[in-house]
Amino acid sequence: MPDPMLGLTDELIRDQIRPGSRVVDLGCGDGRLLAMLRDEHGCSVQGVELDQESIEEAIGRGVAVIHADLDQRLEDIPNQSFDVAVLSQTLQQVRQPKAVLEEMYRIARWSLVVVPNFAHWRIRWQALSRGRAPVTSELPYEWYNTPNLHVMSMTDFRDLATVLKFRIDKEIPIIRRRAVRHAWAANWRAESALYVLERME
Amino acid sequence: MPLGGLYSTAMSTESISKPTDEEPVFEIPEDSVGLVETQTVTLFEPPKKLRLASGRELGPITVAYETYGELNAGRDNAVFVCHALTGDAHAAGWHTGVDHKPGWWDAFIGPGKMLDTNQYFVICANVLGGCRGTTGPNCINPETGERYTSDFPVITVEDIVDVHAELVAYLGIEKLLAVVGGSLGGMQVLEWAARYPDRLNAAIVLASAAYLSAQGIAFNTVGRRAIVADPEFHSGRYTPEEGPRYGLAVARMLAHITYLSEASIEMKFGRRLQHSDKLAYDLGKETEFQIESYLHYQGERFVERFDANSYLYLTKAMDYFNLADRHGSLENAMGKTDARFLVVSYTTDWLFPTDQSRELVSALIKARRHVSFVELSSPYGHDAFLIENEPLERLVQPFLDQAHRSSLRNNR
Repeated sequence: MPDPMLGLTDELIRDQIRPGSRVVDLGCGDGRLLAMLRDEHGCSVQGVELDQESIEEAIGRGVAVIHADLDQRLEDIPNQSFDVAVLSQTLQQVRQPKAVLEEMYRIARWSLVVVPNFAHWRIRWQALSRGRAPVTSELPYEWYNTPNLHVMSMTDFRDLATVLKFRIDKEIPIIRRRAVRHAWAANWRAESALYVLERME
Repeated sequence: MPLGGLYSTAMSTESISKPTDEEPVFEIPEDSVGLVETQTVTLFEPPKKLRLASGRELGPITVAYETYGELNAGRDNAVFVCHALTGDAHAAGWHTGVDHKPGWWDAFIGPGKMLDTNQYFVICANVLGGCRGTTGPNCINPETGERYTSDFPVITVEDIVDVHAELVAYLGIEKLLAVVGGSLGGMQVLEWAARYPDRLNAAIVLASAAYLSAQGIAFNTVGRRAIVADPEFHSGRYTPEEGPRYGLAVARMLAHITYLSEASIEMKFGRRLQHSDKLAYDLGKETEFQIESYLHYQGERFVERFDANSYLYLTKAMDYFNLADRHGSLENAMGKTDARFLVVSYTTDWLFPTDQSRELVSALIKARRHVSFVELSSPYGHDAFLIENEPLERLVQPFLDQAHRSSLRNNR
């Protein structure tokens, strides 16, 4: 599915990663973000992806990628083998978000997670006024064909990160496709948010 | 027409073609490397014998090999193909134009194919201990003037790779673009990476593992037992015309089952009978079911082209293979090379299951190597790496292309 947010979030993520880091992108798709991190940031990169065609495209970019289901096989990745683990717009689509975050905690010091914010006012308004599952430009799916298995807000995500003993280093709301630090009423206004989490051990 | 005419090729999962009255006029397909010849070279002439892993020395060693495509001026486009247990140097093309089948990996090697001979110089060589042109137990020992038979030293995957590395040096290639292989061939690829870390830019490991599993050893043991228990084995000192034909055929039949999958056997044969709609109620009918007939056929054909002693030596080499054991750990074994890895497994392969590939991938990540891994979906079991050219091509072509570019960048 083409995602207009992709270019924006890729750059936002890049800006949070120290050059030269060893980065794993969980659900790396066609490897675009990793190729950019490698070429512009001198990072050494590893992708994880389930979709075969995306894997072929990532390999075509010279990106190393392993075939795995985030819900099943991250145990192949050794403990603390990366500086940074990235999970962009994917957490709501896995079956076990908590388990995936725990895996990120295990394999990397820093975790970068981009999550949609289902507490955006437009979504709240639609649910309230129409009495239907919301459909917006950022979440253009009907309830029966959405890849989003979980619905969470920024507040919810913060809670889970804390439960998992992550330190929330940064929380960057994305409002009208722009990163807005320290935005007021972010949980009402942000379509999604980028979290920079640090392992606490 | 002989029984063999019922089957278009010896490859296990090809469809069964009906016998025809007329032989079709044969034309070499356009995407073939065409007519090729196996060449030989003699290396390790005394006193420069090869020191084997066992401590014994062996030389001279003749190596049979084939090449396809052209080595470029920069000598940076060579791809070495490692064959599996019973393969040979004839990986692609045709020997006479009237052969019944092309080389064993013909669908994968040729102009525009996975290993594109318009771009790459492809080499394949028979393994040490084999019986298809490279020195093995059925060759004459120049010191005695007699065939080695069971005096042939026990050889390992290390020894096999040492011989091929010498061949590659003889061909004037300092660093291979890639080493590629499936099954025992994949073990050789890993051995190349561990033993000659600076002599390859990329490693492609198919349906393989960093060690043979206990289950694999178990099947090899039964195969060897069938050979050794054959009254014609004579402690390995049989004459080339005779030999433990039944034992070798049984070994092949057993092994062949391990190369298939439950699904592919079901799909291809099911419970269908070979010649009748009714059960014969006759114990003497050994080829009543199609699967029976097929396995018997595979056994018979195999005996014609393979030497029993070679089978014993090569299965032993496979049993002994365990990279971690010799390097302390798999990460150590894999950590010396800067080569990029592509590891591929197949969903229905139960001889070299995906978990073994994952174990390898895990070690490669730990060793901080550049590694891509895909589990391809296929009904064909272990044999998938010999059959499923298209999905593999879609991975290998971009992988090789990127490895080539990267090697050129690094050399600049």
